[in-house]
Amino acid sequence: MAIVHIPALLHSLTGDVRKLEVEGRTVGDLIDQLELLYPGIRDRLVENGHLRSGLAIFVDGMVRREALEYEVPPGSEVLFVPAVAGG
Amino acid sequence: MAAKVHVTATLNGEPVEFLCEPRQSLLEVLRDELKLTGSKEGCNNGNCGACSVILDGLLVDACIVLGAEIDGCTVETIEGLMGSDGLHPLQQTFLENAALQCGICTPGFIMAGKALLEKNPQASEGDIRHWCAGNLCRCTGYDKIVRAIMDAEPQLEVKK
Amino acid sequence: MNPTQTMAPAQTEVEQKYKVIGTRPIRHDGVDKVTGRAVYGADVQLPGMLHGKVLRSPHAHANIKSINTAKAEALYGVKAVMTAADFPDSGSRTANLGELGEVPLKPMCDNVMASDKAVYHGHAVAAVAATSPHIAEEALGLIEVEYEVLPPVMDVLKAMDEDSPLVHEDLYTDELGEKSAKPSNVASHTRHVKGDLSQGFAAADHVLEREYRCATVHQGYIEPHAATAMWNPDGYLTMWVTTQGAFTVRTSVHQILDIPVSKLKVIPTEIGGGFGGKIPVYGEPVAAVLSRKARRPVKVVMDRTEVFQATGPTSGSYVKLKMGVTNQGRITAAETMLAYEAGGYPGSIVALGGICMFAPYNIDNTTIDMYDVVVNKPKTAAYRAPGAPNSEFAVECMLDEFCERLGLDPMEIRLLNGAKEGDIQSHGIPHPRIGCIETTEAARDCEHYQTPLEGPNRGRGVASGYWVNAGLTSSVTARLNGDGTVTLQEGSTDIGGTRTSIAMQLAEVLGIPVEDVVPSVVDTDSVGYTEVTGGSRVTFATGWAAYNAGQAIKSQLIEQAADLWKVDKDQVSLADGVITTTNGDSRSMTIKELAADLSQKGIDVGSRETVTPQNHGGAYATHVVDVEVDPDTGKVTILRYTAVQDAGRAIHPSYVEGQMQGGVVQGIGWALNEEYFYNEDGLLMNSSFLDYRMPTSLDLPMIETIIVEVPNPGHPYGVRGVGEVPIVPPQAAISNAIARAVGVRLGDLPMSPQTVVKALSAKS
Ligand code: FES
Ligand code: FES
Repeated sequence: MAIVHIPALLHSLTGDVRKLEVEGRTVGDLIDQLELLYPGIRDRLVENGHLRSGLAIFVDGMVRREALEYEVPPGSEVLFVPAVAGG
Repeated sequence: MAAKVHVTATLNGEPVEFLCEPRQSLLEVLRDELKLTGSKEGCNNGNCGACSVILDGLLVDACIVLGAEIDGCTVETIEGLMGSDGLHPLQQTFLENAALQCGICTPGFIMAGKALLEKNPQASEGDIRHWCAGNLCRCTGYDKIVRAIMDAEPQLEVKK
Repeated sequence: MNPTQTMAPAQTEVEQKYKVIGTRPIRHDGVDKVTGRAVYGADVQLPGMLHGKVLRSPHAHANIKSINTAKAEALYGVKAVMTAADFPDSGSRTANLGELGEVPLKPMCDNVMASDKAVYHGHAVAAVAATSPHIAEEALGLIEVEYEVLPPVMDVLKAMDEDSPLVHEDLYTDELGEKSAKPSNVASHTRHVKGDLSQGFAAADHVLEREYRCATVHQGYIEPHAATAMWNPDGYLTMWVTTQGAFTVRTSVHQILDIPVSKLKVIPTEIGGGFGGKIPVYGEPVAAVLSRKARRPVKVVMDRTEVFQATGPTSGSYVKLKMGVTNQGRITAAETMLAYEAGGYPGSIVALGGICMFAPYNIDNTTIDMYDVVVNKPKTAAYRAPGAPNSEFAVECMLDEFCERLGLDPMEIRLLNGAKEGDIQSHGIPHPRIGCIETTEAARDCEHYQTPLEGPNRGRGVASGYWVNAGLTSSVTARLNGDGTVTLQEGSTDIGGTRTSIAMQLAEVLGIPVEDVVPSVVDTDSVGYTEVTGGSRVTFATGWAAYNAGQAIKSQLIEQAADLWKVDKDQVSLADGVITTTNGDSRSMTIKELAADLSQKGIDVGSRETVTPQNHGGAYATHVVDVEVDPDTGKVTILRYTAVQDAGRAIHPSYVEGQMQGGVVQGIGWALNEEYFYNEDGLLMNSSFLDYRMPTSLDLPMIETIIVEVPNPGHPYGVRGVGEVPIVPPQAAISNAIARAVGVRLGDLPMSPQTVVKALSAKS
């Protein structure tokens, strides 16, 4: 069980639900669960089986490069944030 | 291609001879022909001072002097600054003041500082800022460079 | 001279705690750099080396119909000519940009050399290698290119218009995976939402809505780009490059040329400034292809015009901001739209602008809409705190306007709203421990702020800034020598003294003088993977790798000493370069003695370390500036400037001050003078240092610095990145100072003399 924050651009898909508790072992599993609730959301987050380019996954404030494969500790907060590189 | 010109000059206290194309700048001659790459090219049109050298006692931008023009002249570059007793006081004060970050502007500033202090051994902060306005540094904000030049003044005095 | 360079009181404790950290040793590469011996990009000379030059588009936007290189190839002294056709087809290939994911390769290849279309003035279209630079230049004039000139679009808002000319016919707006129906110059739109805007604005007593613009500015490093390539017949390619990241160059060239990374070695030269602009590749793949074709080493060095026309600049931008505050100055809501120019290909740093914009403050209700927009300008690159100055400028100016209206002190409004550890940022991530409050307090209490400013047309401005900093991957290899010194090989190129700030952290662990650590920046075959010198991350992350290397050497030495003394290793300790027993038999020897013994026995002591730390903290700064405005000419003179910043822990305070001073001065240039001028055909009119006016020593006073140290709990010594945040506050601080001096608020950068005069005459 983890708390997933829905990216703002996808609030229209979730009827303005901004965060919710979702069951799943990995980030990928969480997205599968979201897809059951909000059909179409997976394609917005996942591209060719990978996390969409330009997105990063933050779990409890830390970037997880394992992305979809990352195993989410119970109760953690998962965010999808635009990935950025420094100068 | 025009015929090459034969030039003899004094470079860092030693006689030199070279052939150069009439279109080659002094900076090109120093860097490409004489392999003295301490003078840098930042702009190649006299705007940045990275190529500053001292020509017959005057501070010049080597990129806007022709190589052929220095026939019979005396040229000092950064490579000639270190004496038998080690670093020149300006080189030392630049190090002590952390007056360089990337260091690409440093040879130019040190040559500019040397030319200034030879003319005006007690240059004030304002004098230094005015004199060095032809030398660009993008890293330091000039603060530590100005301090380094001021710090060299008493040491140069002692040396004399 | 003004008193400057103060350390906050925390330093005294540090001095007791640390032997090396906090001192100001002379940098290891210093002598090379003051004697002219250091080898920078253009200084590389190889036997038989040719000189490469690049032909550039004279148009801002044009289809390339044909290129004929026959006459150039026939010129005496020309050894190779190339066009984009010499690159492997990039059509369907992708590049893996690590955290940025997989991106199509074509824009990256096309930016290096245009294949079908030139999308900015100065875009590379062909290149020549010849026996001298002059011959190469002559040959460029013999290349015939047939263009079909297209109308350019030069401004971010115009480019967003429905009926704007399209920079790319096949570009569609991406909204997190959803594509627009029609092609557009808007490459992407993203959004962050926190709280509820309507509630937030309802709670406000005062609401302001304003627009802010930044002109395109360049990083302005003094050393032009330079790359030398030597392609051997066995397929091995060696490159000497002035770059912020040798491994990044390796990856980029490997992807563009489709050659294995194992056959590619990048040797970083000294680098004459980068500021973000020496991360992308330009002449590197070109030099490589020319070298392969000519079968000789080729050096490609840009001139200053090429640097301005075709590299770097940061995004010109449009920011619309609406904020609400209570009568007491508490910010209740902020809504913003950021549109950043990406240049000729998608990928501006608007996302960082969004992340940093409200980070100094704890605001419950925010919405941020971010647009990445292509225009006919060079592909933008990172520039010191990329994206942050453009957006934070807006917030800092507006806060000052609120202060003036409400009669609040600019420091107090920043303290009232200042972000603290645990506050949720606008993109949903909580702040770690940051020094926002401590920095603002130090600025409020500093002598400069406490001294009244007097005189006509003078004003004092205050602004703050935040930068996120970066961690990323860094590697070092450390080895103990027989004389007790340590050689330290590192992958981070040294742009501002980081050899020393990294070495100091290793020296501290072992308790040896920093002069006994010998750091060198090495090539991509000789050290583990290391990401760019950027994101203010080198002293933090590479320093951490050196710290780990020091710890590893320390425990190896303790083990060896225990072995020698036949005691348990728990009974041995190492401090101040001396190894001693702790079991009371008071045996001891210096590291030097043990090192000599081990080297004689052939026992190697050393370590290879790679770290990817994330706890980089954030950097926070508050600046105070006094200006005087000449009402007749509009010239703004900086009378006094103080920069206050949280460094976490200042490893080498002189170089921390130097970063602060350099960042401030770049910010002053951005604020007052620097901008790209394009004519109506989209041609760059000021591609020289004479016309692109960067600050000189004459334009400036001394820049006073106050280092605050709120240690970053995420780093063994508490380090935070320091290099970037000082460029964030100056623009707004100066705008606010001008407002206080002459009563006009300027929201468009630069605030050049003519802008100031215009605003003054509009007012009267
Ligand atoms: S290179 Fe000579 S002045 Fe810039
Ligand atoms: S130290 Fe980099 S330009 Fe001056």
